[in-house]
Amino acid sequence: MKTSKFVSRVYLFLILLFLFAPIFVLIFFSFNAGKSTSVFAGFSFRWYRNLFEDEAALTALRNSLVLAVTSGAIATVMGTFAAYGISRMRRKYLRTAVMSVTNIPMMNPDIITGISLMLMFVFVGTMLGLSESLSFVTMLIAHVTFGLPYVIMSVMPKFNQMDKSMPEAALDLGCTPLQSFFKVELPEIMPGVMTGGIMAFTMSLDDFVISLFTKGSSFQTLPLYIYGMTKKSVSPKIYALATIIFFAILILLLVTNFISAKDEKTQAKLNRSLRRADGQTK
Amino acid sequence: MTGAGARRKEVKKTVITSLLSRFAAAPHVVWSVLFIVVPLIFVAYYAFTDRNFAFTMENFSAFFTPKYMQILGRSVKLAVIATLVCLLIGYPAAYYIARANAKRQKILIMLIMLPMWMNFLIRTYAWMVILQDTGIFNSVIGAIGLGPLKLMYTEGAVVLGMVYDYLPYMIMPIYSVMVKLDPRLVEAAYDLGCNPAQVVRKVVIPQSIPGVVSGIMMVFVPSISTFYISQKLGGGNFYLIGDAIETQVYTANNLHMAAAISLVLMVILLAGMFVMNRFSDDSAGGGLIP
Repeated sequence: MKTSKFVSRVYLFLILLFLFAPIFVLIFFSFNAGKSTSVFAGFSFRWYRNLFEDEAALTALRNSLVLAVTSGAIATVMGTFAAYGISRMRRKYLRTAVMSVTNIPMMNPDIITGISLMLMFVFVGTMLGLSESLSFVTMLIAHVTFGLPYVIMSVMPKFNQMDKSMPEAALDLGCTPLQSFFKVELPEIMPGVMTGGIMAFTMSLDDFVISLFTKGSSFQTLPLYIYGMTKKSVSPKIYALATIIFFAILILLLVTNFISAKDEKTQAKLNRSLRRADGQTK
Repeated sequence: MTGAGARRKEVKKTVITSLLSRFAAAPHVVWSVLFIVVPLIFVAYYAFTDRNFAFTMENFSAFFTPKYMQILGRSVKLAVIATLVCLLIGYPAAYYIARANAKRQKILIMLIMLPMWMNFLIRTYAWMVILQDTGIFNSVIGAIGLGPLKLMYTEGAVVLGMVYDYLPYMIMPIYSVMVKLDPRLVEAAYDLGCNPAQVVRKVVIPQSIPGVVSGIMMVFVPSISTFYISQKLGGGNFYLIGDAIETQVYTANNLHMAAAISLVLMVILLAGMFVMNRFSDDSAGGGLIP
């Protein structure tokens, strides 16, 4: 038993080493005073300064955040209502059909999702006689579309787990359906909504392929900027950018973990009080 | 407030509730049709038409030529290799994580997911830094008197990039079925006289098939359709089907050919998924989220 524990630790360590070594190499060289990627010429913040002086990079970052917040918010609201509606669909085939279509962007390669949207936008744009068919709006539509399944995927289980008698009780006690939704159901599903929203947000922030095919000429996101940068000659600016992104994601992950841990705690508390109430009635 | 009035109010409430629940999904359904279904119809429409939108089979006759068949063959080959490597090294990882205690599991899963949420452009780029002729790898082996080796712009580098970028997508779904595995089944197998190897072969592996199936799809789909990895680590020497699509859009400016290649790729993947789903006909989880 002891040796197997040792083997599993070594194995997992090697996997993590494989996953993180390249990232640490980038982080390490982001503090390099020189331009080389094999010789460390001393510690410096030169590339960070360089990055923050780069107007295009900052605009791209701002654009990415605007797009991710907007598309994430739209996907979260629409997806939450969709999950509510889908979980109440009586006809099973209808539910299956809606879910299958929703999941297509998740199953399809990004390049096909991107191309398919691009073809439609170009076709419609040409028909309407627009000088440019692709713009911020087309990209926003694309990002909402691939964000939706993640929201629905995390909200749906919450609706299914929810005690169906709770909203019924609210209605009996005189709530209007809308009140019951906002006062009873929404607090119950909130952790799922949060997770879904964060996922849609990060997916949007991270997306490159679909953005590439649906982008307009005037709106560039961070991944598109990185793509442009890696096309040209190498600049360690990109290492500085990677380092910042790495720590931003780390913080975001810790926060999400914290939220879900809190959610679990409230769930546990709820269960405990329910059990206690159960004991009293018996 | 008794009798008819209350009942009327009751009826009104039920009607509103049912209307609300019936139409809550409506915006999403309309959206999905407009931006998922219709665009896919456009792919087929473009694939079967020429630049003047007249019907043609030319795009397909151009595709089924040795040039594109070679690209398709190479894409399938590299994606299959990358998927198998991910499965071979990812499966034990998922198994070991699922057997760790709860607190350690949480940390390990977070660590596995962390690179997954880093942009794959950057992750791929990191390997360029390591593998290039004057990169770290060559300076390390140079210090002990070896090399320099030609690592970049090889098929191996492309596969390495795919494995590196998509390994977490293999580990996560397998892990998420492994944690749900009933420990009593394993105990029962031991009690009935199985040795550890037999337990893994007869209990753990059959139970984890749904996770394996979705892991395979999650690695294979992005691997076969990539164009960035092959451009950066293959240096354009190893053209894949994703590169072919991208070139048609941005270099050749032929959206119709791009649509035809996309359609072929989609049909291949659909056939693949159909076959894979045969292996796991139950819907026992295996999602990206544990």
